[in-house]
Amino acid sequence: MWGGSRLSCSGNRFLGVVLSRYRGTQTECTRLITSAVYSENQFSWTPQTKPWVFSEYRIMWFKSYRMTFACLNRIKIYRYPWTRLYSTSRTTVDSSEVKTFLALAHRWWDEQGIYAPLHSMNDLRVPFIRDNLLKTVADHQPGKPLSGMKILDVGCGGGLLTEPLGRLGASVTGIDPVDENIKTAQQHKSFDPILDKRIEYRACSLEEIVEETTEAFDAVVASEVVEHVIDLETFIQCCCQVLKPGGSLFITTINKTQLSYALGIVFAEQIAGIVPKGTHTWEKFVSPEKLESILESNGLSVQSVAGMLYNPFSGYWHWSENTSLNYAAHAVKSGVQDHPVPDEFVFKGETEELRGQDSTNAGAQEELKK
Amino acid sequence: MAARLALSRWRAAPAAAGRGPLLSCRRWSGAKADTVYDVVVSGGGLVGAAMACALGFGAWDHICNMRYRAFRRMQVWDACSEALIMFDKDNLDDMGYIVENDVIMCALTKQLEAVSDRVTVLYRSKAVGYTWPYPFPMTDSSPWVHITLGDGSTLQTKLLIGADGHNSGVRQAAGIQNVSWNYDQSAVVATLHLSEATENNVAWQRFLPSGPIALLPLSDTLSSLVWSTSHEHAAELVSMDEEKFVDAINSAFWSDANHTDFIDSAGAMLQYAVAFLKPTKVSARQLPPSVARVDARSRMSFPLGLGHAAEYVRPRLALIGDAAHRVHPLAGQGVNMGFGDISSLVHHLSAAAFNGKDLGSMSHLTGYETDRQRHNTALLAATDLLKRLYSTSATPLVLLRTWGLQATNAVSPLKEQIMAFASK
Repeated sequence: MWGGSRLSCSGNRFLGVVLSRYRGTQTECTRLITSAVYSENQFSWTPQTKPWVFSEYRIMWFKSYRMTFACLNRIKIYRYPWTRLYSTSRTTVDSSEVKTFLALAHRWWDEQGIYAPLHSMNDLRVPFIRDNLLKTVADHQPGKPLSGMKILDVGCGGGLLTEPLGRLGASVTGIDPVDENIKTAQQHKSFDPILDKRIEYRACSLEEIVEETTEAFDAVVASEVVEHVIDLETFIQCCCQVLKPGGSLFITTINKTQLSYALGIVFAEQIAGIVPKGTHTWEKFVSPEKLESILESNGLSVQSVAGMLYNPFSGYWHWSENTSLNYAAHAVKSGVQDHPVPDEFVFKGETEELRGQDSTNAGAQEELKK
Repeated sequence: MAARLALSRWRAAPAAAGRGPLLSCRRWSGAKADTVYDVVVSGGGLVGAAMACALGFGAWDHICNMRYRAFRRMQVWDACSEALIMFDKDNLDDMGYIVENDVIMCALTKQLEAVSDRVTVLYRSKAVGYTWPYPFPMTDSSPWVHITLGDGSTLQTKLLIGADGHNSGVRQAAGIQNVSWNYDQSAVVATLHLSEATENNVAWQRFLPSGPIALLPLSDTLSSLVWSTSHEHAAELVSMDEEKFVDAINSAFWSDANHTDFIDSAGAMLQYAVAFLKPTKVSARQLPPSVARVDARSRMSFPLGLGHAAEYVRPRLALIGDAAHRVHPLAGQGVNMGFGDISSLVHHLSAAAFNGKDLGSMSHLTGYETDRQRHNTALLAATDLLKRLYSTSATPLVLLRTWGLQATNAVSPLKEQIMAFASK
């Protein structure tokens, strides 16, 4: 049934992905079989059937051509494609996605380039992080509101978010599995003597540093990352382990809705070229409800969730009530002396299995029964 | 605000103020070769110094301890007719303040000393070259602006602010286009002693065909003169002896030589009509004070022109003050626009710094540019129009402006709008 599908041939290799999706169940169980051969960093997929009607099988053909609109090429929302590995070790890093970012590693700091949307997202996420962290301190130095804080930026890429946090006075550690990204980030901060001292970069994954940095950070930032990890549960567990009690976890990601499919994948990647093709896989998007359940089950109490909207014409982001596209979440790790998870937290829908409590939380954790 | 506001600025010759080329430069002490400044302000005139202070904080207090004058009213009238416009605030608040150039500079210098831990001043140095960064970070090339000084040393900065006057070296080095033309006029400035002490709280301006002459109060016995006129006349005025100069000033304010009967009657007609339609109070015409003496060393002149930079900002560069816009002094708005630039730029920079942004990033610099271009373009256009309108004694235009002035005078809300715009 996909015999008539197009194979674009521009001298590059193709990536074929077969998705099998089973409808009819309420769970979001998806099996993804990937055989990945990447050449270009950009690839797109064209569904052969209407997107809202999932047949049993859907083939996505990856074409490696770049499609950009001249007027919109400033605006690309770039995520981190962390590819999936099938291995027995618990890892959250997806190697196929690593390759995607490899080729664009030098483009991070072009503010009008493909990463422009991430640059302008700083206007939202830096105040979000800063203001929520300031609530936890009595007073602060006017010039360096975050001084004295240790922050871990997971999936820092080229350091787009790491540097502003460093400028605000925090000691930031940025980690990313893509070596080239870390190189770009290192080089960029090396010109500024102050940032050079405050920021430290490492090319590694979160799991690799969990042992040595247990309870070391006041805040962990995972911005535009969780939609690329393989094993979200493990990832959140690790985040929780490296946080001090009472520390904050900040996540920004994309919701898994039909709207995010239509706008985030079809429009942004296919049509407008805002996001390089193949950056995102819709199945990996995480809904706020699912994220909240995982956070809560790991002893992180969700303080706030807010929607973010991107205007591709102006290039600016805005806060929104609507979380069906992008959203930001702030959760706090319960400390030993903290009060338990607030009762007013309401769970929306979905039957989820709760994992057992994370070992780092000694205090009495109330199970949220659903 | 950013944790470390390292300000470095220097003064290129502020020719507009008629001073000799006092070149000064400000720099952060304790600098090693590889220190990167947050901001460097190039140009040490009123606007440059004020920018340095604003980024390091607060200077008005010093001014209050020195000479300044509040004025309550402003009367502007035409030499070719009886038409006048009076700006008057009904309540007794001051409409504005006249502060001498020197007084402001003195206050700013004092303030800069007070914030010297954050701001360094490099006196007597001149920037001879600028190196701009690539728009796109490239390997091994510095992302900062490099400024080469006359003595061979280099400064690096994240943001260069050009406040070096209408012949801005910064603007030229950046290749920013500048729309400009010269008026065939020079302005003569002087400090005058009035014949008798009065409650000197009115600002006077009369439009002569050769150019406007303005008398601005400084104290009960002192006023400041700004007389824009042709180059030759200006040169004469500066060189003539004191008595003749004083006579020239007095006759400029009082003489009716340029009136014509036709215009007078036309003006009177409209005046009756206005009084009929709006028989509310009309402030009585006041007579300007007469001048007795001139301060000997205070007389000087400088040429006038209009200028407007096509872009106020580039990556890691911002232009403020006369470097961005140059205007005729007839509305007294030149340095005010510069101060407005400062206020807007400081606002944008502090918001950016609080978000941890790179100070030289275009995202907030374009915000400053949009704000100020909107405001300044309108003011420049209006001032240029007024200048051209009042430069002639051709009857139709005189009639037009006579009636226009009288009509504007009659419409109080319009006058209030004008005052509000000018005080922004």
